[in-house]
Amino acid sequence: MPILLKIIKYQQHDLLRSKWVLVYAGVFFVLTDGLFRFGGDSGQVSLSLMNVVLFVIPLVSIIFGTMFFYNSREFMELLLSQPISRSSLYLGLYLGLSLPLSAVYLVGVGIPFIYHVGFAGTQWILLLSGVFLTWIFTGLAFLIGVNNDQRVRGVGISIIFWLFTAILYDGIIIFILFSLKDYPLEKLTIMLSLANPIDLGRILMLLQFDIAALMGYTGALFSKFYGTLLGSALVLLALSLWTVIPVWLGFRTFSRKDF
Amino acid sequence: MIQISGLRKCFGKLEVLNSLDATIHANKITAIVGHNGSGKTTLIKCILGLDKFDEGRISINDYELDGDWSYRESIGYMPQIARYPENLSARELINMIADIRNDVAEKKDELINYLRINDDMNKPLKTLSGGTRQKVNVILSLMFDPELLILDEPTAGLDPVSSSLFKDRILEEKQKGKTIIITSHIMSEIQEMADTILYLLDGQIFFDGPVDELIKQSGEKNLERAIAKMMS
Repeated sequence: MPILLKIIKYQQHDLLRSKWVLVYAGVFFVLTDGLFRFGGDSGQVSLSLMNVVLFVIPLVSIIFGTMFFYNSREFMELLLSQPISRSSLYLGLYLGLSLPLSAVYLVGVGIPFIYHVGFAGTQWILLLSGVFLTWIFTGLAFLIGVNNDQRVRGVGISIIFWLFTAILYDGIIIFILFSLKDYPLEKLTIMLSLANPIDLGRILMLLQFDIAALMGYTGALFSKFYGTLLGSALVLLALSLWTVIPVWLGFRTFSRKDF
Repeated sequence: MIQISGLRKCFGKLEVLNSLDATIHANKITAIVGHNGSGKTTLIKCILGLDKFDEGRISINDYELDGDWSYRESIGYMPQIARYPENLSARELINMIADIRNDVAEKKDELINYLRINDDMNKPLKTLSGGTRQKVNVILSLMFDPELLILDEPTAGLDPVSSSLFKDRILEEKQKGKTIIITSHIMSEIQEMADTILYLLDGQIFFDGPVDELIKQSGEKNLERAIAKMMS
C-alpha cells in the first residue's frame, strides 16, 4: 500500500518538526544515562526505569495522541476528498504517530544501555513493554478522538482514562481483594490484571526479574500459576490484543464517520 | 452525469436530506441553492463520500457509490472553509497532494500564474489571508484537470479581480466539457454562470430546471427576486 506509506512519511515529517518529541527522547536519555552514572547495574537501572516507563509512556502517548488526532482534523478532511481510502488514512495516521514515538523511546533508553552494558543487559523486556504501551495508548487516544468531536472532551476523557489505569485501578483491585478475602480470588485477580494494560506491562517486567517480593499480588500469582515462560506468553498475548482491538474499533467508527 | 435517488441523511435526530431525487447533467453548470442549513453542503459531501448517507443511491457516470474511493480521482472539490495542515507552505501542500495521489498536477504552474499568487507560494499557510487561502483551494481543486468540479461557495472571500478571473476560468472549464456543481448565496453570480438550478427546501428538491425558466415563471426581473418571491 504505497499511499499508506506516503501518509506515514508526511505525518512523521510533521511530528519530528515539533520539539516535544525531541524533549521526550532527551528526558529518557538523560534519565537512563544518569541512573547508570549514579552507579546502578543493568538490573537496578531497569527496575528504576520501570516505574517511570509505566507512568510516563501511557500518559504521554494518550495525551499527545489525542492532541495529535485533533490537530490532524484538517489533514484528514483534506485527504478524504482525494482518492484515498479511509483505511489507509486511519492506519497511516496511527502508524505515523506510534512508530516515531516508540522509536524515540527506543533510542532514548536503548543507547545509554548499549554504551554502558552492551547488548547483554536486562533492557530488552523494558524496551518491549515501553513499545507496547506506546502502541496501546496511542491506539486508545485515536479511539477516544474519533468518538468525540469536541477537543476538550476528548482530552478530558484521555486524562481520566490514564488516571484510572495508572493509579485508581490498583486501588480498586486491592479494595475488591480486601472485601472478598474469604474467597479464593486467584482467577479473578488474573482476569482483572489482564484488563489493564499498565498492569500487564508491570507484570511482564517483574516476571523477568523474578523477585517475588516486588511483584505484588498479581505478579506473584502469575509466576505461581503459569511460571515465568507461560506467564510472559500470556501477558504478551494480552498486550497484543490491547494493541489491535482499539485500533480496529477506532477504524470501524472512522470509516462510518461524517466529516 | 450524477443520479441521486431517495437520498436520506440524518445527523442524530435532525433529518437534513429526506428522500431527495435529483439529476445533475454532464457538461453543465448546476447551481444548488437554498437557505442556510438547507443541506447544500451535506448533499455535496454525500456525493464526495465525506458524509455517509443513510438511505438511497448516488451514481456518477453509471458508477454507483459503494464505499470505494477510486471514483474521487475524477473529482475536484473546493470546500467552503479550507482547512489545511497549518505549518506547510502552499507549495509543499500542493506537492504533497500530488505525491500522495501519485498523479501529475499538470495545471499547477499555469494556475499559479493565472491567479497571481507566485509570491505567496512559499509562505506558511497559517500566515496567508482568507482570500489567498481560497486561491490555494482553487489550485488544489483544478490542478489535476478533473472531469467533475464541485465548488462550495467558491467566491466567498475572493476580491473582485480574482473573483472574475475565477468565474472566467470556470466558464472555460465548462466549454471544455466539464461537469460543474456550484453552491452560492450570490444570486447574480448564479444567474451569470449556471445553466440549471436545484432549489433545496426542507431536505427535498423544490425546483429543478433552467435558470431562465425560474425567472420567467415568477415574472420577476432577476434570479434574486424570483427566489425571494418563491420563498415567501
